[in-house]
Amino acid sequence: MKTILYIIQKEFKQIFRNKGMLPIIFVLPLLQLVILSNAATFEVKNIKFGYVDNDHTSTSRALIERFDASTYFNVLTDFPSKALASAAMLKGDVDVLLQIPPHFERDLQKEKHNNLGVTINAIDGAAAGVENVYVTQIVQRFNQNLKTDLFQVSDQQIQPTNIESIPLFWYNETLNYKTFMVPGILVLLVTMITLFLSGMNIVREKEIGTLEQINVTPIKKSQFIIGKLFPFWVIGMGLLTIGLLLAKVIFNIPMIGSLPLMYLYTSIYILVVLGIGLFISNFTETQQQAMFIAWFFTVIFILMSGLFTPIESMPKWAQIITEFNPIKYFVEVMRMVMLKGSGLKDIFPQLSKTLLYAIIMNGLAVWSYKKIS
Amino acid sequence: MKRFIGFIKKEYYHIFRDRRSLFILFGMPIAQIMLFGFAITNEINNVDIAILDHSKDADTKEIIHKISASKYFSINQLIEKESDIETIFKKGKVKAVLSFENDFSKNLNKEHKTTIQIITDATDPNTANTISNYVNAILTQYQKELNKDVTIAYQIIPQTRMVYNPELKSVYMFVPGVMTIILMLVSAMMTSISITREKELGTMEVLLVSPLKPFQVIVGKVFPYIFLSIINAVIIVMLSIFIFKMPIQGSLFLLALESILFITSALALGILISTISATQQTAMMISLMGLMLPVILLSGFIFPISSMPLPLQLISNIIPAKWFIIIIKGIMLKGVGFQFIWKETLILVGMTVFFIGLSVKKYKIRLE
Repeated sequence: MKTILYIIQKEFKQIFRNKGMLPIIFVLPLLQLVILSNAATFEVKNIKFGYVDNDHTSTSRALIERFDASTYFNVLTDFPSKALASAAMLKGDVDVLLQIPPHFERDLQKEKHNNLGVTINAIDGAAAGVENVYVTQIVQRFNQNLKTDLFQVSDQQIQPTNIESIPLFWYNETLNYKTFMVPGILVLLVTMITLFLSGMNIVREKEIGTLEQINVTPIKKSQFIIGKLFPFWVIGMGLLTIGLLLAKVIFNIPMIGSLPLMYLYTSIYILVVLGIGLFISNFTETQQQAMFIAWFFTVIFILMSGLFTPIESMPKWAQIITEFNPIKYFVEVMRMVMLKGSGLKDIFPQLSKTLLYAIIMNGLAVWSYKKIS
Repeated sequence: MKRFIGFIKKEYYHIFRDRRSLFILFGMPIAQIMLFGFAITNEINNVDIAILDHSKDADTKEIIHKISASKYFSINQLIEKESDIETIFKKGKVKAVLSFENDFSKNLNKEHKTTIQIITDATDPNTANTISNYVNAILTQYQKELNKDVTIAYQIIPQTRMVYNPELKSVYMFVPGVMTIILMLVSAMMTSISITREKELGTMEVLLVSPLKPFQVIVGKVFPYIFLSIINAVIIVMLSIFIFKMPIQGSLFLLALESILFITSALALGILISTISATQQTAMMISLMGLMLPVILLSGFIFPISSMPLPLQLISNIIPAKWFIIIIKGIMLKGVGFQFIWKETLILVGMTVFFIGLSVKKYKIRLE
């Protein structure tokens, strides 16, 4: 026990002596948490909208006014010709383009219907779909008022049937994406810090040559690993605590569920990450290699965690891969406990899987650490 | 000049002797682009939903049928009472519940009006919103079928054309992004430790007493990695063309030049990190912690920049990846020529010059 305490002391000293590292460990993640949490929204707004009006009548102007009034479309550009509008779209200045054909009003009055050209930049397919819905909605509402408002014909028609859908967004009525993103990004940052620090730790001693000195001492393998793990575990828990405080104070994130439960889960989760880090450290020869491998897994863990894009939409084989992604479980648990108030029973599957993962990874880390080089 | 070539040769030997790192360097981006190209999408597929049907009549059956027939949703279970919603949401698998009111068909036929509640688990607001939109689209379609015989007196019909990506494939959106992220991070990481490594292993002293000028050392360090990163870029572009069927509408030559420019700017950023940090560990932490999330979130790779709050839109301008994503999407999908992307190109050139200039200035010729 005493041996472990000495190793822990040594590790803490090394961490706090390195003045260049301290801001990276403690300031950078929190700064990113506060800034980047505002970026992650799929909401489609401020759509870059342009139009070509070849008709110049009260009808065409009224239609354009509808777009002007909408909160989704706010940058309106009036193009004199189709060619100029297309060039603007190529340049990326316009994403939705409305083309009103010549004699629009006259033909509409005569033939009772008319076509309207809409061009949408569809590189971001999902956003294009939403933009299309917005355009259709505005035009439909315009259609309904067309008869009475513009052509002053008395309104007598069969009433169409109407299915009214009422969307209810539970746990987050205003669809504030920050309540979801802040805890999620906090998870990512805690994971990255602990993984990178532990991943580079033993390999650094290898590269500099100080590992040999430790190897010739009577320190046991498990003592050494525990001594290495503990300081990073403390840093991880500390970061999480400060992060949660910031989430509460700055973003006013609701914390409905039990905080001790959250901490219980996190304490096990960080062990998983540290185990992976030490395992990488044991298997590599230089810090560069360790860093590349740690980077490789972090990018996969982050992008396949279900935080930014939904897991259910991935192909089956990719969903199976996500089963091995610790971040996925952490994001799920964080969401369930903090926002829904789920209890121990609800998160039991995630908790038991994480515990198993922690035991396996740390077992591997101890096993793969060889005292002979 | 001869000295400079000698230095570059030394760097080449260093890199190519370390087979394990080389293997990692080329293997990982391939694995990542394959994985992410298939797995990352911001549309929804097969989302589990539950149904709470209070009326169980012809219309609700038809709507449920339409919902389950779409590829977006799969019906996980039918529930009987309101209180069940809470229970299944807490378990976490079901993301939405459709609740039909009593006498759905009767209200529809008699009063021409009826309601459905779309209850979504909005702990993930992005997905919740998408689900709600998709259900609405299906309902609107059904309503249109019901109203076939009713004609509105005057009607404007929007004829929508989806340009650059008519099939709305999410691969078109994400492959350029993944490519950018991989090139950016791999390049910056490679050079970020190149000078700190010499500092840490003690060989920096040798380098400093040599007659090489700081500028030569810095360019000599970047140069071999440009070569490596180009190979990486070529592999990634080949994969995106042959596996993900990405079109290249514009000029391949222009794409190659722009890629080299972007790689150089990322490598130069790495060198800058290298000159200002004392140990490899610090350099790596800066390039990994400092770059990873900002590049993923602020480059427009997943989240549209135009929807972000204004301060973040301004910050996104200093991310080189943002400009490269605009450039490659332009060349690959829109088929634009240089006249449309000269501004973005100029910004990348400016950033590269800035990074290299600052590195030369920060490069200390004395050891502390």
